[in-house]
Amino acid sequence: MISPLTEKLFELLKQVTGYIYPNEIEVHWGILIVVYPYLTGLVAGAFILASLVKVFNVKEVQPVYRLAMLTALAFLLIAPLPLLLHLGHPERAYEIFLSPNFTSAMAMFGFVYAWYLMVVLILEIWFTYRKDLIVWSQSETGVMRLVHRVLALFSTDISDKAVEFDKRMVKGITIIGIPSAFLLHGYVGFIFGSIKANPWWSSVLMPIVFLFSAIVSGIALVIFLYMIITPLRKQMIDIRCLDKMASYLFYAVIVDFSLELLDFIHRLYESEESIKILSDLVMNKLFISLGVIQVLLGMLIPLVVMVAIRLFKFEEELRKLLYFVSVILIQLGIFATRWNVVIGGQMFSKSFRGLTAFKMDIGGMEGFLMTLVLLALPFIVLTILIKVMPPWDKPATSASDGVRA
Amino acid sequence: MERRRFLSKCVSIAASGTVLGGLFKKAAAAPSDYDPKNHYYGMGIQIDKCIGCGKCVEACKEENEVPKEPFFFRTWVERYVIKKDGETSVQNIDTRIEKSNEVFSEKDIMRSFFVPKLCNQCENPPCVQVCPVGATFKTEDGVILVDDKRCIGCRYCIQACPYGARYLHPEKETAEKCTFCYHRITKGMLPACVEVCPTQARIFGDVRSSASPLGRFKRMNRLHVLKPSLNTEPKVSYSGLDGEVR
Repeated sequence: MISPLTEKLFELLKQVTGYIYPNEIEVHWGILIVVYPYLTGLVAGAFILASLVKVFNVKEVQPVYRLAMLTALAFLLIAPLPLLLHLGHPERAYEIFLSPNFTSAMAMFGFVYAWYLMVVLILEIWFTYRKDLIVWSQSETGVMRLVHRVLALFSTDISDKAVEFDKRMVKGITIIGIPSAFLLHGYVGFIFGSIKANPWWSSVLMPIVFLFSAIVSGIALVIFLYMIITPLRKQMIDIRCLDKMASYLFYAVIVDFSLELLDFIHRLYESEESIKILSDLVMNKLFISLGVIQVLLGMLIPLVVMVAIRLFKFEEELRKLLYFVSVILIQLGIFATRWNVVIGGQMFSKSFRGLTAFKMDIGGMEGFLMTLVLLALPFIVLTILIKVMPPWDKPATSASDGVRA
Repeated sequence: MERRRFLSKCVSIAASGTVLGGLFKKAAAAPSDYDPKNHYYGMGIQIDKCIGCGKCVEACKEENEVPKEPFFFRTWVERYVIKKDGETSVQNIDTRIEKSNEVFSEKDIMRSFFVPKLCNQCENPPCVQVCPVGATFKTEDGVILVDDKRCIGCRYCIQACPYGARYLHPEKETAEKCTFCYHRITKGMLPACVEVCPTQARIFGDVRSSASPLGRFKRMNRLHVLKPSLNTEPKVSYSGLDGEVR
């Protein structure tokens, strides 16, 4: 009896061009591994945006500080799920924590992730919300009162001294948090960039490109969420906040674009052994996802739009519309970036003599529907987080953060 | 008298043979006597001797229960045809795939040869470096193995191997690769591919011993390894390796 995998591989075999090593027909890291760096990037980007408020005192971005933090948390909670589902033996995943191989970039995932979740995100969010949790619980009854009391870890001290301490802690954690966020996504880039067997991945720029694309996607996501949620709450969008976020997004896109261009020119100029197969890869297999979606739709068009906004001082409504379209395009572009790295890197043979094919299933663990579920899950988690810990706060607190909206 | 002496000699030889045979049998049956510290394995491949019969591939699949489908190989044989116009055509010799039977006109061919491939049992194995849980490891006798009870099936090792020598077993969902037939060599036997090769294109042995077929192979030939620039330091070396081979 032919298994579905074998059947699929026989089908793909017909689409192979040139020569590939016989074991290479199966694309081992599928769509789930595309989703993983995409989600992690959003976490790092959203956190770095939030950090601007605390570390560099960017007052304009204040209204989205808490939203950005909760977004980072929601996405971080889901980020390991695609990794776990992708494993051949998910029931052994705990081995990464118990007996890690310290030379493996992937083994470090457990520690980087745990550090970031426990030491950075949860702590910072807790200190940010502690006073509010106590204040809320005092005026509530029933389940929510209990939930907020538990979340505050039953602390009750809202004296000026305690609140001052909270603020100092938040600032301190953010300062540790920025390098941690860099580490989180830089390390994801390193997982790919350190594979010398694969010339498409093996690049010292990879962690930095990942990092800046993460910042781009994270800022774009927070802008998107802010523009969706604020009208839903029947509030006015703070255009100063939006302009400021968009300008950070603009700079991040420029840096990201320059880095990727540098990588491209560098490869082309050095023209190493792999250049021919990589050109074939880009021209044949990745033309749409790289040339059209990643570069044209995801970068050039948003860049042109944002330059136009800066040059022509459009009126507020038009600006909002253009920002909204841009962030969606950018999001699409960054997803394509992850696709091009992960899938693209497996479409050519390490014999540099041929290209293989990738076919995504609709159903199943590695399928399209599962991808949609995994991409939707963080938004569901975020909705719950927002319900339990509203980032726009009833104006009960005099704390400086997150009150404006 | 002569006859009696002769007969008694025969009997004693036969007896000692049985005893010796018994000893060897014992050694073969009890790998616990085996000390990995005394060995460091490698393989030599003589390109000029390979006739592309594919017996090694078949034997390997049989011996190691490698899935029969043409997507899972611990060893395989590539056919290189370099044409006069400079174009190189490479195929995996596997009779199950129609494509491998492509025929070229003799007029067009500049040179052609077969290249057996397998895990290079690298001295600096990238697969061992990247395995997150240490399921892939290097033994004291220099062989790279996978502990299938420990492998989590993340496939990072498959990505890291520059030689395409690994696959994910479709049922076990763990990474697999050539082990030099570890279960055989630790009993003093040869790897299955070496044993069945009709032309002795594959030579197996201890890389440190000079008084051995592998030692002789290394003395008598100009050798090369695959992808030396990656600094993996393969313990599988080739004589007569063409620059077109990757």
